[in-house]
Parts: sequence; C-alpha cells; structure tokens
Amino acid sequence: MTLGNNREGTDRAKIIGRRALLLGGGKLALLTTLVGRMYYLQVVEADKYAVLADENRINLRLLPPPRGRILDRNGVPMAINQQNYRVLLVSEETDDINDTLDALSHIIPVNEHDRARILREARRHRSFVPVTVRENLSWEDVSRIEINTPDLPGVEIDVGQSRYYPLEGLGAHLLGYVATPSEADLQNSSDPLLELPGFRIGKAGIEKVYDIALRGKGGTSQVEVNAVGRTIRELKRDDGVPGLDLHLTIDVELQQFAAQRLGEESAAAVVLDIHTGDVLVMASTPSFDPNAFNRGLSSEEWKELIGNPRAPLTNKAIAGQYPPGSTFKLMTALAALESGIVTPDMTVLCTGQMSLGNIIFHCWKKGGHGTMDMENGLKNSCDVYFYEIARRVGFERIAEMARRFGLGSVTGLDLPGERSGTIPDKAWKRATLDQPWHPGETLINSIGQGYVLATPLQLAVMCARVANGGYAVTPHLARDLVDGIHAVPRVTPDWPDLGLSRQNLDVVHRGMFAVVNEPGGTAYRERIKDESMAMAGKSGSAQVRRISMRERETGVKKNDELPWKERDHALFVAFAPVSNPRYACCVTVEHGGGGSSVAAPMCRDILIEVQKRDPQRAAGGDPALKHDFEAWRQARAETEAGHQALAREVDRRFGPGTAAGICGCGGLHVQGSCGA
Amino acid sequence: MSGDKLHFRFSRSEMSLREKLWQISWSYVALISLVCCIGFFTLYSAANGSIDPWADRQMMRFAVGMLVMLGVALVDIRAWMRWSYGLYAMALVLLVAVQLHGSVGMGAQRWIDLGFIQIQPSEIMKIAMVLALARYFHGASYQDVGRPLFLLPPLAMVFLPVGLVLKQPDLGTAMMLTLASGAMFFLVGVRLWKFALLLAVGGGAIPVAWRFMREYQRQRILTFLNPESDPLGAGYHILQSKIALGSGGLFGKGFMLGTQSHLNFLPEKQTDFIFTMLAEEWGMVGGVVLLALYTLILAYGYALSLRSRNQFGRLVGLGLTTTFFLYVFINIAMVMGLVPVVGVPLPLISYGGTAMLTLLFGFGLILSVHIHRDVIIGRRGAAEDI
Repeated sequence: MTLGNNREGTDRAKIIGRRALLLGGGKLALLTTLVGRMYYLQVVEADKYAVLADENRINLRLLPPPRGRILDRNGVPMAINQQNYRVLLVSEETDDINDTLDALSHIIPVNEHDRARILREARRHRSFVPVTVRENLSWEDVSRIEINTPDLPGVEIDVGQSRYYPLEGLGAHLLGYVATPSEADLQNSSDPLLELPGFRIGKAGIEKVYDIALRGKGGTSQVEVNAVGRTIRELKRDDGVPGLDLHLTIDVELQQFAAQRLGEESAAAVVLDIHTGDVLVMASTPSFDPNAFNRGLSSEEWKELIGNPRAPLTNKAIAGQYPPGSTFKLMTALAALESGIVTPDMTVLCTGQMSLGNIIFHCWKKGGHGTMDMENGLKNSCDVYFYEIARRVGFERIAEMARRFGLGSVTGLDLPGERSGTIPDKAWKRATLDQPWHPGETLINSIGQGYVLATPLQLAVMCARVANGGYAVTPHLARDLVDGIHAVPRVTPDWPDLGLSRQNLDVVHRGMFAVVNEPGGTAYRERIKDESMAMAGKSGSAQVRRISMRERETGVKKNDELPWKERDHALFVAFAPVSNPRYACCVTVEHGGGGSSVAAPMCRDILIEVQKRDPQRAAGGDPALKHDFEAWRQARAETEAGHQALAREVDRRFGPGTAAGICGCGGLHVQGSCGA
Repeated sequence: MSGDKLHFRFSRSEMSLREKLWQISWSYVALISLVCCIGFFTLYSAANGSIDPWADRQMMRFAVGMLVMLGVALVDIRAWMRWSYGLYAMALVLLVAVQLHGSVGMGAQRWIDLGFIQIQPSEIMKIAMVLALARYFHGASYQDVGRPLFLLPPLAMVFLPVGLVLKQPDLGTAMMLTLASGAMFFLVGVRLWKFALLLAVGGGAIPVAWRFMREYQRQRILTFLNPESDPLGAGYHILQSKIALGSGGLFGKGFMLGTQSHLNFLPEKQTDFIFTMLAEEWGMVGGVVLLALYTLILAYGYALSLRSRNQFGRLVGLGLTTTFFLYVFINIAMVMGLVPVVGVPLPLISYGGTAMLTLLFGFGLILSVHIHRDVIIGRRGAAEDI
C-alpha cells in the first residue's frame, strides 16, 4: 500500500513536472511576446510616438501684436490703441463665485444679466480659465478693485487694447473701423490671429486696405500644457512683429479747416498735390464718430445715422456721384481744341439760346453772352458756346478726353468704396438704356448735365491733370508704399503723358484764370487777392430738376426759393497758385445752389489755407508750368480789344445781333455758312 | 508505515520556529522586496517627486504585507490544506454577500465594508480557489483525472465564483480565476483533448456571452480591437499609453521626466498603467529589466513548488505562481494594447492595498510549501496522516 502509494506519488510528480515544464515554457513564450511588443512600440515606432507625445504636451499660443497707429503726414495720430481695463474672474481661485460677485458689485455694477453670463461661462470653461466680468473700466474703478483685492479672491485686472480715434468725426470716412472677423473673413484668411477671442480686423477704409500691415505678425509662445490644458511652463517665445505705424498724406489741420469750412452742408472737399498725387484733404460732411461703434450704438443713434438724408455714413468724396455741371466744360474745351476743329479764336454768338432740330437749348444767362471765344466761353461759362463746339466735335471726342482725365472710372485711390461715375457715349447708351444717341444729348452732356456723373475725387484728379500740364497723376492716401507688412518710401513716378498740346492747355489755364481773376468771370468775387497765391478755377452748378417752358417764361426760380432736395449741386474745381501750380481742389456741395457763390468761396479759403501751410511754397516746382501773369493780362486785354473790334465789324457787315463770328476756317461769316 | 518514514515526517512536522525561519528562501523574499522597491520609486515619480500620497502608504502596506507573508509561511502546509475548503466556502459566501450588500466602487460591486476594513472577496477567491482545487486534486491519480465525472465538482468550484465575479462585473478577475484554474487542471494531467473541446465550446459561446455583457465591457472589447476609432473617448487610455511607451524609446525620458505621465495624459498612472509610466521614464531597457525580475520570481516559484514532496504543495505553489504570472502578463499586455483594458494591476508595483496583500499572502503560501516541502501527506488528506 505504502509502496503503491509511493509509486503513485512518483508518477504524479512526473506528470506535474512535465506539465509544469510545458506551462512554464508557455509562460516564457508569452513574456517574450511582451518583450517583442515593447521592442515594436519603443524602438520601431518610437519616433512616431515621440511626435505624438510632443503634440500632446506642446501648445502653441498666439500672441496678438499691437495694431499699428494711423498718423497724418505730420505725425498727428488719427487712430491709436487705448488701454482697455477688464475685470476677470478665475473661478478656481474663489470659494464661491456668487460671493465674490456680490463683493465686486459694491465696487462696480454687476447686474443679473452679467451674473448669469459669468456663471454660465465659468461652468463651460475649465476652472483656471478667466472669465470676463466687465470691460472698459475707468481708472478709478481699477484702483478701487486693486485696493480691495484681499476681499476679492479670483478677481484679476487685465489690460487689453481697443482702437480709439482721437479726432472723432474728422477723417472717419477715411479711417474706417475695426471689428471682430466675420465667418467669411475667417474662411478667406489663413492668419491664425483671427481666431483669437476679441481680435479685431479692419472692416472699412484705411483700416481695411492696410489691415495686413496694421495688424502686424502674431508672435507665438510654445507652452507645455497638461492633459486638461493648464499651462505648465513656457518653452519658447517669438514676439512677432508689431503692426506698422501708417502715415497718411492727409494733413489733419487742413482736413479740420476744410471740414469746418464745409460746415453743416452735405458736402465734400478734396485737395490733391498735382505732382505727387498726395491727398492732403478728403473731407465729407456731415460725419460721425467712429468710436461710437466701438462703444456700441443705441438703436436711436443708429436710426439717426441711417435715416439722415445728408448720409453721414457715406464718404461723398469717393462714393458721391454728381453731375459735374460746368466744371465738365474743361473737358469739352480740351476735346474741341485737341480735335483741331475748333481754334481758341473761333467765336460763337450767344443769344441766350440755341436750337437744334426743333428743340431749344438755353444758356444759363437769359439774353445771352454775345460773342464768345474759348477763353471767354470758359470765363462766362457760356452754355451756348459749348453747345456749339460740342455739336461740331461730337460727344465721342469729349467722352474720350474725359476718360483720359480720369472720369468714368475709379481713380485707384487706396480706399475701398470708390465709385466710377459715368461718361456716356453711344455704346454706353445702347448697352444700358438700349436707345440711340440723340444729337441733343451731345449738347446737354457737354455742359456736364444729362448722363455725366463724377465723384468729387475724380473732379479733383481731372483738375490736377489739367493743372500739371497733362500728366496722368493718380491719388493716394498712404504716404509710403506698403509692401506686405513693411513700408517703402514712395517715389513719385513719371506719370504718363496724356499727350495734349501745351498751347491748348494754356488756353484752358487762361480761361480758368479769367473765371476767377477777371472782372465778369463767374467767380471773380472769390478771387485770391494775394497774387502769389492766386487760383484758377471753374465753377459748376448742376441742375437736378427740369425747368419747364412755363417757368422759363415767368422767370426761373432762384435756388433759395426751392426745397433743399431740388436745389442745384454747387461745384468748384481750382488749382493754385497760378504762378506755379501745386494744388488742385474740388468742392462739391450737395444741393448747395450756385457753384460760384457757394462752392467757390469754400474752395478759395481751403486753397489759401493749404498754401499758407505749404513749407515748400517758395521753392521751385516745375519751371515749365510757371505762368507769367503780366503777359497773360496783356494777352487777355488784347484779346478783349480784338473781340470788341470784331463785334463792331460784325455789326457793320451783317447788322446788329446777327449770329456771326470767326469760323473754324478762320473766315468771318454768319454761323453755319462756312463753305470750308 | 515504516519507522524511518514516520520519524522523518514527524521531525519535519514538528520543526521549531528557528528551523522554519532558517528554511525560508530569503533570496526569494529579497527578490520580491526588490520589485516592491522599484514600485516605491515609480510611485514617488508618479506623485511628481513626493512620497505623498502613494509611495508612503504603499510602503506601509508592504511592511504589513511582509509580516502577513512571513506569518503565512510559518503555518504548517497541512493546516492550510485543512482550511482550504473552509476558506473557499467563506470566499464564496462573501462573493454572494457583495452582490447583496456590496458598495459600488469603480462602477462595479466589488467591495464589502466590514466597518474596520474593506474586503474585496474576489481577491480572497484568487487564493482560496487555488487552495481548494489543490486539495481536491491532491489525492487524484492520473486515472481519476481521466474520468469526466471526477472533473465535474472542480469545474463547478471554478464556474460558481467566476460567474459571481462576472456579475459584479469584473472581467479581469474572472479571466484570472478561469486561467489559473485551467492551469491547475492542466498540471494534474487533464487530457489535452478536453481543453480543446472546452475551447471549441467556449468559442461557440462567445456570441451568447456577448449578449450578456454590459455595454462598457463590450465597448472595451471593441475599443481594444480598434483603439484609434475613438481617440478622445474609450480609446483614449490605450492610445495615450502607447504614446507614452513609444515616446519613451529605448532608454526612456529619465526618472521623473515622463511627459505623458506627469502632464496627466496617461490615465491611472499610479495603478493599472504604472508599467507605462515606468517604461516611459526608463525606456525599453527598464521594462525588460522589470520583466526579467518577474521572470526570476516565476522561476523561483517553479523551483520552490516542484521541490515539494506532496501534491498539494506542488499544486498550491504552481497555481499561485501562475496567478502571479497572469497578473504580470495581463497587465503589461493590456497597457501595450495586446489585450482589452480589464483592470488588472501590475503586481507588487501598482498602488493598492488589496492586490499587495493578496500577492504577499500568496508568496507566503509558496514559502510555506517550500518550508514544508518534505511533509508527506496521504492521498486522502492531512487528517488521517497526522
């Protein structure tokens, strides 16, 4: 029994020994599998997982750069960043958010709405993420909170930056404004800065055009974070590039003067440097305070801005399109002279009206101007003279000339929202109205009525191109060329020559000179008496209503007798100083009445101020552009004497009041009877 | 019975305390302590260089566990054999009780609170099951084991507690109980075709089992099969664990410099995922060294068990060594994404008192088997022989 028992035991020991060996072998195999897996993960795939581990722990934080300031040509700040104090609450540092808010509400108002929002945000974010309690704190509030810090656990003061426009309404149309990016902005831009909470980008005006430069380049801070996103330490930092301080060509003091001079009118004034294209003044009245948008606008304020018939939100200098009226006659004159069909000496007898087919076209002066040549036509702004020469050269030539001078298309100013105006022709009328061109429309459009529309900026550019001897200067607002985020000093290019003859331009210059500086000129009363600053210009009063035959019989109503909306637009373009032209100015007053009576004095005052502030007034300029007043005066006097002799000759030969004069062929005969 | 046999047996059973202490395999104890020390350092690192809150408590538990281990080692192996069914019965009753009164911890009913101590009956069962099966198979001959009817009672002894543990639900413990018992069935000579049959039946039962599983268990299995499918949800643990391991590389990031663990990307870094943390900081080299130490402990367990001259001792020693192996394998395979995350700690290193106590209790039994290796126990149990 014992023996059997023993053998039995030995057998079992053998079995268990064998099987234990098998089991142990199996275990060893499994443990080897583990080593193999370790090798795979920690050696074969190690690089991949090392990258993943870094992606886990390293967070890239964006550091928003300070937005660049906008300054005027003399360095006066127009847009700056203001410190904006905010109260933040870190919920993990307070025992009870409600208690802390109660304590805080003794210092600054915390209403129920705020409280609900704060509690909601605190719940949604992790406990170490600060929640904004209030923004735009006064310095006084900040001090009071700082003093009470021991009683306000978790309350922090944070300094952010917000945009501020110290000049308020002045230049609001130029500068535009900043706002948080829209969905579309986010989709169109790859700049991660836009994703930052509270980050603002330029949405209009200069702020928009030069947004990339003003924005600067965001810095980055590489921080190590733990699994819940708490920052452990900073690993690397790149401060980025602060936004560019942008200088404009605007002279704020002139801008201020111009805006004041325009006053309550719904008006625009533009002053250009005719050589460089610098925009020294671009004023549009009435204006608005762009800071109000940052503060938040009440619905009444918004309705007031939107509903105002004088459109304070519109930059009339580039987005207001007006019939240029008689200022357009400069184009008609140049087109006629350049065509060779009309000579400066050719005269037209103005009897106050002119008939074409069975339609009668009136001159603004009832009873007519008598015998008119080019210079006198401009001086008196004689409609019949321009009807006649337009009829002779045709509107296509005038339209072509107007386009050469920048009308009918945007000038390319570095400001969004510019409108192109209209320079009509046969093709245009066919395309837009599907009607043929009537010969009468040539007459109407040649004096800047009808379909012709232009912005004040376009008229200023036109005037500048006339004044600078026919070079295609284009305007700009940024003093420097901005390339990406850097500014490169602007070099004035050789503007393209418009290809006009110097003599013809001189004729127009003399005409514009006569408008202001000769007795009888439409703006003689507004002349600048200091001859070194004298201006030459052209007035325009653009009719916005139809004058009926009945009204013509009973006497055309004066502007003062009309409701505001029916009054003429008053326009005036001018350049100065005549002796050495440097500046071009256009003033447009919506429904202002007469160009010479309303717009011209504003233009005169602005040009005086511009020249007074010009540091280079005494210095050179373009010698080719210098005009000799005395020679002009003499020439003008001789012309005048010649005209009087001519008038006497006509009276003698054809009888008084006959429509006769010097024809394009050079001969003296009754109009329409030229055989040449 | 011959006289010298009686004398021999008698002398062994009547060993003095000094003799027993002399017989303890102190190198085995040292090996176990060494692994525990590695655990303390890892817990120190897990707490960002502080012995509080884990390392200090773990050291306390280790001290208590060491005393328990030595106490268990000194108790006569025959006494353990005598108590084995009793212990098993107690564990089973506690498992039932935990179903009725257990408090919920970790989303499952696992703990029973006796007021002064919290008991995890499934841990007791890991030891009791081995003891009870060892006692059952102690007297079984190869022929006995070949009879299917003879295998029915031990099968019931396995599936009853496994069923209860699954119901808690605790997939990890159920797996360990099943596999450890399976190993014991294998050791006593159950024919291999029977295992094949069981596997086939088990395979067929998978769809049935799937139906009875809790949603989170299914999710774990699905996540295990494709962890990248849900990187922020259920797959997060595995993915972060693999990132930690992989980024550790061959030589590791250095002690206390593991980014994944210290920045809390690694979940449960002081408990179930402690191996990941260790291998992140010490690299593959550290992981392999630890595995080598574990293998050494396993080899010791085999050597100590197989030197026993009684079947009960051999079965207890091998069964507990297998349980220890299962801890090691399941945990490490789990954190490396080889098996589903089932909540098995890394033995002797993971923070936690219950597992530490269970393991040291088990090592105490292996030591007892070794100390009393020459005790001959009759086929029908200790009682008739004494």
